[in-house]
Amino acid sequence: MANSLFEEKLNSDGFLVTTEIGPPKGADVSEMVHHIDLLKDKVDAINVTDHQSSVMRFPSLGGCLLVKERGGEPIIQITCRDRNRLALQADLLLAYSRDIKNVLCLTGDSVDVGDHKEAKPVFDLDSVQLLKTAREMESGKDMAGNELKGVPQFCLGASVHPEADFIEPQLVKFEKKVIAGAQFFQTQGIFDLENLRRFMQYASQFNVKILAGIIVLASARMARYMNDNVPGIIVSQAIIDELANVEKGKGLQKGIEIASRFIKTIREENLCHGVHIMAVGNEGIVPDILEAA
Amino acid sequence: MIVAEQKPMEEIRRVIAPYERVLLLGCGTCMTVCGAGGEREVSFLNSALRVAQAKSSDGIHNFSEYTVKRQCDFEFLDSLADKVNEVDAILSLGCGIGVQVVAERFPDIPVLPGVNTSFMGMAKEWGVWDERCAACGDCRLAETAGICPITRCTKGILNGPCAGTKNGKCEANKDMDCAWILIYKRLERLQQLDKMRRYYPPRNFRVIPRPRRIVMKADVEPGEDNG
Repeated sequence: MANSLFEEKLNSDGFLVTTEIGPPKGADVSEMVHHIDLLKDKVDAINVTDHQSSVMRFPSLGGCLLVKERGGEPIIQITCRDRNRLALQADLLLAYSRDIKNVLCLTGDSVDVGDHKEAKPVFDLDSVQLLKTAREMESGKDMAGNELKGVPQFCLGASVHPEADFIEPQLVKFEKKVIAGAQFFQTQGIFDLENLRRFMQYASQFNVKILAGIIVLASARMARYMNDNVPGIIVSQAIIDELANVEKGKGLQKGIEIASRFIKTIREENLCHGVHIMAVGNEGIVPDILEAA
Repeated sequence: MIVAEQKPMEEIRRVIAPYERVLLLGCGTCMTVCGAGGEREVSFLNSALRVAQAKSSDGIHNFSEYTVKRQCDFEFLDSLADKVNEVDAILSLGCGIGVQVVAERFPDIPVLPGVNTSFMGMAKEWGVWDERCAACGDCRLAETAGICPITRCTKGILNGPCAGTKNGKCEANKDMDCAWILIYKRLERLQQLDKMRRYYPPRNFRVIPRPRRIVMKADVEPGEDNG
């Protein structure tokens, strides 16, 4: 039996669509709630990011509770950057107790790329160890081997970087994540479908679902900025050129067009099992992308 | 060896401000090698402090200088005993260990740090020092081709690179090599990539609880101060 609606969909043959919401910097959640309402019926699940790029924000768990409240299907993102193993296990228990069972297990960005550069980086666990920890908790024990009263069950995901410029070690880690218990993968942004094709030749031997990460770019400048400053993003020159060749003010429209084209190709050519749309600050346009695709 | 940097002049002047007679105490071991607090640096600092004092015309300090072979060992501090009686404070250019050993040996005199102790490392080239060991107490270098991920990966993760690596560099610092790319390449060269495919469990931070102490297993004589 599936642990969540999303897991049920993972187990079916349908094309999966997820997206993500970045919580606000501050306690005003009205815009996030607006985005949740806009997206919850158009996608299979909504990720809520966990201090994305190490910038302090409203927490993922809080955002997931709001997704639940509004009738959506949340995927909590848990990174190892800010919490040691006690806090990570506690958050897993809290999430489960509030019916948040889809968990994306991430190592987390370095604090050096964020807005609290003097913070103590924790990284008591890494993403592979976090996946394994969640699976161990499902067997009724915490990491110290103590018995849990009330045993959680999760639908676990992880990330993978098919466009890494040195792919072999990333594939080794991908396989470790599969063995540790990941059921689905939401990839880092894909900007060259050849990379996705090549990755899937390798990844299709494993019984996991791969959702290709689609980042919606709003300008060539944004693309170049992300290449220089955002971990795990390599926007191809072809895409940068395409964005650079549009009239001023039409960048986002072009970005939507590119994202829609990618999704359409992935779906039509059956390149992988679904897409994960990251609109980075433009969450409101996700329905347009889906419509165009 | 231990690598440190001398504190900024302003900070040094601020901490010694209350004391008239100050002994500048160098260390002949690591601090000499890394150029933060050997005999040469003590002499330079002495001159610099005198010049700064003359310029600011608040000349109350009386500086003396001395360098011991090692500040982190009681046996090398005996020669200091007479000098200590003649000063109001010691500015130690030893590492954080040196400062504390001197303070423990001379309980009646303030001992102030003159350097920021940074890490354990090696001289990569002249004037460039790189961190190499985190003294984690659970060495895994056999599994990582002699390259330490705990020290050299900014996240200290154990199961392979994160997705932030680009051009072989680290997401936290584009000038720094990604430790996991180095490990992968060296394991490949040694035909030991199976070590990379293995799962490594979370670290045991209790290998030796803090503050850490190692007691030699054999031939140990209990001393009064050893607890």
